[in-house]
Amino acid sequence: MSQVIKIKQGLDIHLKGKAEQVVSCVIPDYFALHPTDFIGLMPRLRVQEGDQVKVGTPLFCDKRDERIRFTAPVSGTVSEIRRGAKRQLQAIVIQSDKQNAALPFEVGELTKEGITQSLLEIGLWPMIRQRPYSTVARPDDTPQAFFISAFDSSPLAPDMDFLAEHFPDSLQKGLEVLNILSDGKLHLCVHAEKTQSEVLLKAKNVVIHQFSGPHPSGNVGTQINKICPINKGDIVWYCGLPEIINIGHFFLTGQLDFGRIYAVAGSGLLHPHYIQTKLGASVSALVKNNLKDDHQRIVSGNVLTGKAVTENGFIGYYHNVLSVIPEGDQRHELIGWIWPGFKKFSMSRTFPSGFIPNALQPDFELDTNYHGEERAYVMTGEFEKVFPFDIYPLQLIKACLVGDIDLMENLGIYEVDPEDFALCEFVDTSKTDIQAIIFEALEKLRKEAEG
Amino acid sequence: MIKKLRHFVDKTKPNFTEGGKYAWLQSTFEAFESFLFVPDETTKRGCHVRDAIDLKRTMITVVIALMPALLFGIWNIGYQHFKAVAECATFWQIIGFGLLKALPVIVVSYITGLAIEFAFAQIRHHQVNEGYLVTGMLIPMVLPPDIPLWMVAVATAFAVLIGKEAFGGTGMNLVNPALTARAFLFFAYPSVMSGDKVWIADQPDAFSGATPLGILANGGTNLPDAWTMIWGGIPGSMGETSVIAITLGAILLLMTGIASWRIMLSVIFGGGLMGLLFNAIGANEYMQLPFYYHYLMGGFMFGAVFMATDPVTAAQTNTGKWIYGLLIGIFAVMLRVLNSAYAEGMMLSILLMNCFAPLIDHCVIARNIKKRQKRAIVQQKTFAR
Repeated sequence: MSQVIKIKQGLDIHLKGKAEQVVSCVIPDYFALHPTDFIGLMPRLRVQEGDQVKVGTPLFCDKRDERIRFTAPVSGTVSEIRRGAKRQLQAIVIQSDKQNAALPFEVGELTKEGITQSLLEIGLWPMIRQRPYSTVARPDDTPQAFFISAFDSSPLAPDMDFLAEHFPDSLQKGLEVLNILSDGKLHLCVHAEKTQSEVLLKAKNVVIHQFSGPHPSGNVGTQINKICPINKGDIVWYCGLPEIINIGHFFLTGQLDFGRIYAVAGSGLLHPHYIQTKLGASVSALVKNNLKDDHQRIVSGNVLTGKAVTENGFIGYYHNVLSVIPEGDQRHELIGWIWPGFKKFSMSRTFPSGFIPNALQPDFELDTNYHGEERAYVMTGEFEKVFPFDIYPLQLIKACLVGDIDLMENLGIYEVDPEDFALCEFVDTSKTDIQAIIFEALEKLRKEAEG
Repeated sequence: MIKKLRHFVDKTKPNFTEGGKYAWLQSTFEAFESFLFVPDETTKRGCHVRDAIDLKRTMITVVIALMPALLFGIWNIGYQHFKAVAECATFWQIIGFGLLKALPVIVVSYITGLAIEFAFAQIRHHQVNEGYLVTGMLIPMVLPPDIPLWMVAVATAFAVLIGKEAFGGTGMNLVNPALTARAFLFFAYPSVMSGDKVWIADQPDAFSGATPLGILANGGTNLPDAWTMIWGGIPGSMGETSVIAITLGAILLLMTGIASWRIMLSVIFGGGLMGLLFNAIGANEYMQLPFYYHYLMGGFMFGAVFMATDPVTAAQTNTGKWIYGLLIGIFAVMLRVLNSAYAEGMMLSILLMNCFAPLIDHCVIARNIKKRQKRAIVQQKTFAR
């Protein structure tokens, strides 16, 4: 095994309410797929309200490449097609018949073309994404490398070891398939101390890299940057572990199944634990009888990068955790800037928590309070403490704000993704929305590249 | 009590929002409200949780760090006065005299500066930035105790208007506003900012109240002993004389991580380096002065701890900070020793490097860009093979 790549800059945010390693089975009545989960997708709807669907029935496809299909994760009836402003397609809701009947598909040849063909046909292809831009991979591209992060270092993240141990065979098969798909350029990144599962450590058909250090060491963007940094024009593909398990399961059994184990975690829950269900399950079913009270923020994904959802929403396509934390709008603290703040969490040492070494910190109960108001950039050097790239973060952010494309490219915009800036946004004294700034800049570049 | 106060704020708030009677004072109201109560705003997009720190906390930490130097300065104004007039005074008489001299300057600085800040925030429909909390305290601390109050007001107005608001306000300014105020007075009214008559309040004419730097610039050698200069019982600007009090502030700034240790360390290192170099040349008595004397005299330590570390006007990259600090130290000592017209080199040195900080950053970043372009070419070649 290769040597350990140490991530020195970063921050582990220890939140109360980590998921207990107990799995309960939940089959909600409703599931949904959101075309808005896929960056840059122009969806073409393939079903109507009232249509009967089976697992694998295409719900919509990509207008620009109709081979890329998005298929139903469960069987049942299309009960609702949600649209937003300008009739934007937001969600296709399926009422499950709880049969989980799948369309019959044949497992193709285990060649690059055969695998691509099969994945496109059954609708598992969108699980593979590319950098830069984090869009769904294009089947005709040849990526420089294919990356898989086998641990999640974000707050309240599901334990990937735990998921891997549940489906060892599917996972190994998935790796084998992706190895063929990537011409042998498959990289699996594990954590030097936290990854314990033999399934991952002894995985075959992959190059294994060891990482150590705090979040964002588990972000695939960090890993790509350390092993095979992206230059202008390069493409790297990546995929998450739960997605690989889905892919492997199909090639192993010939049965299409969108089974998922989600972590449902956070201090806003009575019993944070794992739930086995299918992709796109409804939030209300996942948090049923489990919320501490009504005044909680439910986030599909982790609390740094996820999307806020309501109880009649659904968990996102690429998300593995449903985080529930208290809303922080009900307190008016008198001259709060002066008190020591023993219960508050901060990277800076202006609060007591800043003095405790990151690894030894107790779990904090953070809410959604802003802890201040937006200001001009004043402090310097704080982003550098949580940003492990060889990039000047503040300068790149400013280049994005002024929209100078040449400067953005020079400063390394292609190497980053909004989620890589999540910690910068968290620690920012000036409370700016850095992820949105980076996202908009990347979108501008993407649209320019696509013409 | 707290609830009543909150209730009062909530009741008056509608008057100050759009459509209200005093809508033109919205920014002002919001500034006071958020000063009183932490806003109950929640995250809308991006990270759902945020770090507990904000700019108020940051700025208040700096103000607290200034307190030892300020309190000592107040005492020292009284102490120097009674020493000059050769009268005995109790501790409280000394403090009382110091307060009488210092408080009006502080009040004038804050009122003038904040009035302009609030007006600009109002015109721009921005929220009021907290930056002036620190600047307003720094300005009195770098001025002589006997400064006429109208000059304080004019200098503050100049610093805030030309030094800061003209560039876009807090976070955008090129040079340190507090030093801009001092430089303005230094060049516009040199008679109240230099010489041996201005550093002691209500000084009798016959008494020479020259600062150590003033003595040296005039070719004198009878400096106070090192220990006196360390604890600070010497004439000088209000905040700059006591190395011990400034060090206390520095400890707080470094402990909380608010100020850059890179800058502080490299300024001190740069000053020492230049001092040693002059020692090696040794062409005159000023050059032969032990290098560490430069730390004890004038505003060197105050500048290194509170002025050079201003994050807005300093270099922003970590490598840049080392270069920036080093050059400040070098130029400060060089100006002191080689140019007797400007006895205090620290102020001009920092202002000079403030102007060069963007260039330093530009060079540091250019290296990063070059590295990236080189990597792209290398990878392309290996890929093509």
